[in-house]
This record gives sequence, C-alpha cells and structure tokens, in this order.
Amino acid sequence: MTLLAKYAALAAQYARLEEAGTNPFNVAFEAVLSPTEAIISGRTTLLLGTNNYLGLTYDPSVIAKSMEATELSGTGTTGSRIANGSYQGHRGLEQALADFYGRKHGMVYSTGYQANLGILSALAGKDDHLILDADSHASIYDGARLGHAQVTRFRHNSPDDLANRLRRLKDVPGDKIIVVEGIYSMLGDTAPLREFAAVKREYGAYLVVDEAHSLGVLGATGRGLAEAAGVEADVDFIVGTFSKSLGGVGGFCVADIDGFDILRVVSRPYMFTASLPPGVIAATLEALHQLRLRPGLRHQLNANSRRLYDGLARLGFTVGPEPSPVVSTIMPDPDTAFAFWARLLEMGLYTNVSLPPATPKGLALLRSSVSAAHSPAQLDHAIALFADAGRELGLIPRPSQPAWGEPDFAGAK
Amino acid sequence: MTDSDADIREIIFDTLRNALPRPVALTEQTHIVDDLGLDSVAVMDFVMEIEDRLDLSVPLDKIAEIETLGDLLTVLRDLKAHV
Ligand SMILES: Cc1ncc(COP(=O)(O)O)c(C=O)c1O
Repeated sequence: MTLLAKYAALAAQYARLEEAGTNPFNVAFEAVLSPTEAIISGRTTLLLGTNNYLGLTYDPSVIAKSMEATELSGTGTTGSRIANGSYQGHRGLEQALADFYGRKHGMVYSTGYQANLGILSALAGKDDHLILDADSHASIYDGARLGHAQVTRFRHNSPDDLANRLRRLKDVPGDKIIVVEGIYSMLGDTAPLREFAAVKREYGAYLVVDEAHSLGVLGATGRGLAEAAGVEADVDFIVGTFSKSLGGVGGFCVADIDGFDILRVVSRPYMFTASLPPGVIAATLEALHQLRLRPGLRHQLNANSRRLYDGLARLGFTVGPEPSPVVSTIMPDPDTAFAFWARLLEMGLYTNVSLPPATPKGLALLRSSVSAAHSPAQLDHAIALFADAGRELGLIPRPSQPAWGEPDFAGAK
Repeated sequence: MTDSDADIREIIFDTLRNALPRPVALTEQTHIVDDLGLDSVAVMDFVMEIEDRLDLSVPLDKIAEIETLGDLLTVLRDLKAHV
C-alpha cells in the first residue's frame, strides 16, 4: 500500500472526478461509428476531440490496403527491425515519406513519441546542446532526457530568447540542436519558423521540427509548417506521427544528412521495440497516398477549423491565438473545465480537457480538434452546444437577442 | 561585472515575489514545491525569469535537482562562476 502512497493526492483528485462523473481521462467508447461519431454511455456522440484531422480512419482504400497486408503478411512482426528484420512495407513507407518530403532519407518508428525519443537522444551526444521550445510536447522533453546532452528551454515561440541562449553557448564546444513544433497541440498556435531559421543560420545550429499536428494540415502540398513558411531547406530533421492526420499509429523522421542510417543502430527506441505490423504500415502508406491525392481534404479541414474557431470566438470564448485544427477555449480553472466538459458530453459532444503541467502558463483548457470529415452542420451543432453549456455555466454572456435557430443535427451526417 | 551571492539571492526572491499570487516569506530553506506549490513547468518558468536577469542558461537536469531556494542559489552561483 505504501508503494503508491506518493500519488495519494492525485489519486484522491482522480477518485473525486470519477464519483462526480466528470472524469475526462477515463472515457470509453462503446462503439465508434465514423471519424466524427461514436456511442458513449449509450448515446450517439459527436466527436470533437480526436486529432483525426483528415478523417481517414474509415477511408475505404486505407482499410482495404490494411486488410490485404494483414492477410498477406500476418498481424504482427513479432520483433524489432534490427534484431528480427524489416518487412518490405517498412522500407516502402520510408521511401514514400522521403519522396513526399523531397528528402534523401526516411526512418519509421513505432509511435511518434518514440520518434522524438529516438531522434533527439541519438542526435545530441554528451557534449552537445539541445535547445527546446518551452511548450514542447512531453515526447520532446522525454527524448531530451533519454540522451546525455545539456538541455535548456527557450521562451515559447521567441526567436530572441532562442538567440540569447545560442549566444551564451557561442564559445562552448558541441553541436547545438534546436527543437520546435509546427502546430502546438495545446493552443493550436504555429511556430515563427522563418525567424527561427534565421537564428539557426546565424549561429550554425541544427533545426528539428516536429510536424505532428501540421502534417496534412499546412503547406501547399501538406508537408507542414516548414513548407508553409518556405524554410524547408533550413530544417535539418522533420519528425512526425502517423496517429493524427494519417489516422494510424507510428512515427517518422526524414532528413538529407549524410550517414543518416547510422541512427538506426544508435537509437534505442528504434532498436529495442517491435516494428509496426504490416496492416498499419500498409494503411499509413495508403493514407499518405490519399493525403497527396486529395488536397481537398486539407482545404475542407482548414475551412472547418476556421468555422469552429470563429464560431467559438464570436460566442465570447477565449480561444487560442490563431485558427487551426486544434481549437482550445481557455477555462478559468480546472474544475470549470471538468464541469464544462462533462456538460458537453451529456449533451452529446465529446471534447478534451488539458491541464497543467501539460499546458502552457498553468492554463486549464477545453480542447477541441476538427476533422475534414466534420460537416458544416455538425460544427454548427457543436457551436450551439458550446453556447448552451457555456451560458449555463456562466462562461459566456447571454445574447441580447436570440442568435441561434434550432440546431440542425438531422442534417448532420 | 559580478553578481554577489546577496545579489543573486535578491534576484531570486524578487522574481518569486512578482510571480506568486500572495506574499510569502522566503528564505533559503523555502521548499519550492512543498512551500510554494509550484508544479514542474511553473518552476522552469520561474527559473527562466532569473536566467534572463543573470544572462545565463540553467540546464534542465540542474533544475530537476533543485528543491529549496538555497539549492537554486548554489546552482546559479556555480553557473555564474563559469561564464
Ligand atoms: C507534438 C507531438 N509530438 C509527438 C506526439 C506523439 O505522437 P504519437 O501519438 O504518434 O506517439 C504528439 C502526440 O501526442 C504530439 O502532439
């Protein structure tokens, strides 16, 4: 009983949420119906918290490729690629990713989390320096801890603070590696990548960009923020995940650097874990193909993001600094976030709660994510539910005149 | 220009006073998590303010070892001695 005693305070909080029926960290879907709907507590629920940005999880061609590969090559690889060998699909997907990004090399990991662990720990040796954006995802912080480099963080999205830190290291030996994200997963804001690239060039550092939330979302061909900002040549390593816009699971890194393949044998999260199963690899390859084939998905997604972002802002919610598929509203405190989240779920809308220390500046967030698969009617319905629940809880002002007609959920797919 | 121990201590206390919602008595024995209730990110954010004022960077593994304000003072003094 004493082993877990250190978590007593947290366990009490967790139990309190369970009892009140407002625990956002223990939701069970009885059935998933589509990229945008599931059954929760016997109720058909609109999904607005999935990261399923392009809605490809039920794409018929993706499913077909996955089934075909599973039947042909089995359910799992039962081992790591270093110890137990690669399947054809692994190499094929790596080549497809390299081709998509116009890079020489690609490497696939079993999750995006492991991609950050593996790449950051392998790139930065004992005498090198990792310089992380302060709002970096846990996988970036953990990747930094797995290696032996000196790690410092700079103010979120501040090229000046980044420059300060590089200046302090100017005469210190060792390589300097900057790590930023494309779209930040908590508030949906993007990095000032042009400015970061300029600082990187000035100080001769390396630049790693995690495009987890921006692959398939930003850029003329969906490659992410580096493409959108026109600085791909300055980005030495792109890391990403298959678990969001590509609707599967897995992670990757692409780069042009000579000698890239040595990373495979110095990257523990690559070596000491099983490789992705054939069905996942084939599904991801097809999802990437669909992403490239159908830019309309990205345009729909971005229109949907704008619709939700503007709709919630118009109601009087405090939203993130720019529209993106991550649309967070800032709650006054965690208890309000739990109550609001639970009320929305009761009304048939599934969202996420994000709390410190996972969030920046101690913010409690009610986080939504938008999909290309959402119909305008679904998004308008979601906005109407935000309005009802928000007014009920006193989070937003009541309208001086009725602004909403009957929500048209019948028309929602 | 060198910052003496007393200067660094005053910078730590001053930064904290500005960051905390309520006035709290601060000493070198003050425990950052237990007494001030800061979580891991809040600690890193508060150290960031001090980094600016002293123009130095504190590596994260050093921050992770800090428990009291006295520990922080020691780390900052050592780093300052090496620049
Ligand atoms: C910025 C960032 N990097 C990496 C990951 C990890 O991705 P995965 O779900 O593939 O482990 C996430 C997702 O949570 C993320 O937000």
